Amino acid sequence: MSEKYIARSSQIAARMLGGEMMVMSSVDSTFFTLNEVATVIWQAADGHTPLAEIVARNVCDEFEVDIDIARRDAEQFVNELSHHGILLVSDCPFDISPGPVEAA
Amino acid sequence: MPILFRTRDSSFRELLENRYTGFMSSLPNPKFEFEVELVTPSAETESEEDAQVEMQDGLWHLRRGDFRAQWDPRAGRGRIRQSANPYSIDSVLRIVHTLILAREGGFLLHAASAIRDDQAFLFSGISGAGKTTISRLAPFDVILLTDEVSYVRREAKGYHACGTPFAGELARVGTNCSAPVATLFLLEKGSENKIEVVSTAEAVRCLLRNILFFAEDAELVEMIFRSTCDFVDRVPVRRLTFVPDARVWDLIR
Repeated sequence: MSEKYIARSSQIAARMLGGEMMVMSSVDSTFFTLNEVATVIWQAADGHTPLAEIVARNVCDEFEVDIDIARRDAEQFVNELSHHGILLVSDCPFDISPGPVEAA
Repeated sequence: MPILFRTRDSSFRELLENRYTGFMSSLPNPKFEFEVELVTPSAETESEEDAQVEMQDGLWHLRRGDFRAQWDPRAGRGRIRQSANPYSIDSVLRIVHTLILAREGGFLLHAASAIRDDQAFLFSGISGAGKTTISRLAPFDVILLTDEVSYVRREAKGYHACGTPFAGELARVGTNCSAPVATLFLLEKGSENKIEVVSTAEAVRCLLRNILFFAEDAELVEMIFRSTCDFVDRVPVRRLTFVPDARVWDLIR
């Protein structure tokens, strides 16, 4: 199974408010609020770190979740956000700088 | 924000003066100027086409079934082509204000608004949520700013709600004054009067849903999102469930 890399799109606006990460696509105005685990994946989506490594290091270690469940949930989350163009997904590392973790 | 309209049709001018009573002035330096070209109603000017707002070569192009307009924000000039009715120019005004406010950290909101004890209260919701009802129930010490579209402006120390001439079912223009926003209420009709806290995410989601914005412009959409988050961070947002009688105003102080 090939490695998967994820990067935040530059066409988004994001802000942590009231302890929740809110993300909106500036292309189609789709709005998401991310839970704690999704926020960790979002923040780690630098385009260079493989998704499997993000799940193992940032999710399983921090939240004490079973690796298989964490991988499955992460895949689902990534698929949904990539469908709306909020996360970019590739088989190889990205050359571009990822979008902002949070709006200024 | 003074806006000058030029028209050669005296009856149309009179119609606008009546419609915008309380918001008319004779300030010498308008911020924007619009030339209004009136055309005879035709299939072209009466279609059901939805509003489209696009920026091309520094010009905003606004179009809907009943009007065509161009606006140059740098020059402060624009043109409107429509038949002699008040609704088209009203819509152009709303759209232009959404564009201006987006850059200044404010927005137009589907909401009634009113001032009580020098504080403004916003009552937001979709059609049927109760904007007109709560406006109609307002007691005498309440100054009604609008029953339909609220004008929210970012000021140095927070947000202000301003009166608008944009009337809803009440068919009454608002009062031309403003006050700092104390609370945004998300309206819901129910079997009792109560105020509940809503989560931050729900507040942002509801606010985004009710902000008027028509332009397909990623930069402005991002600005609206930032303004929405900033507003929710600074202004209490509550759910107001109410039965349609005047006692609901006992809760609003």
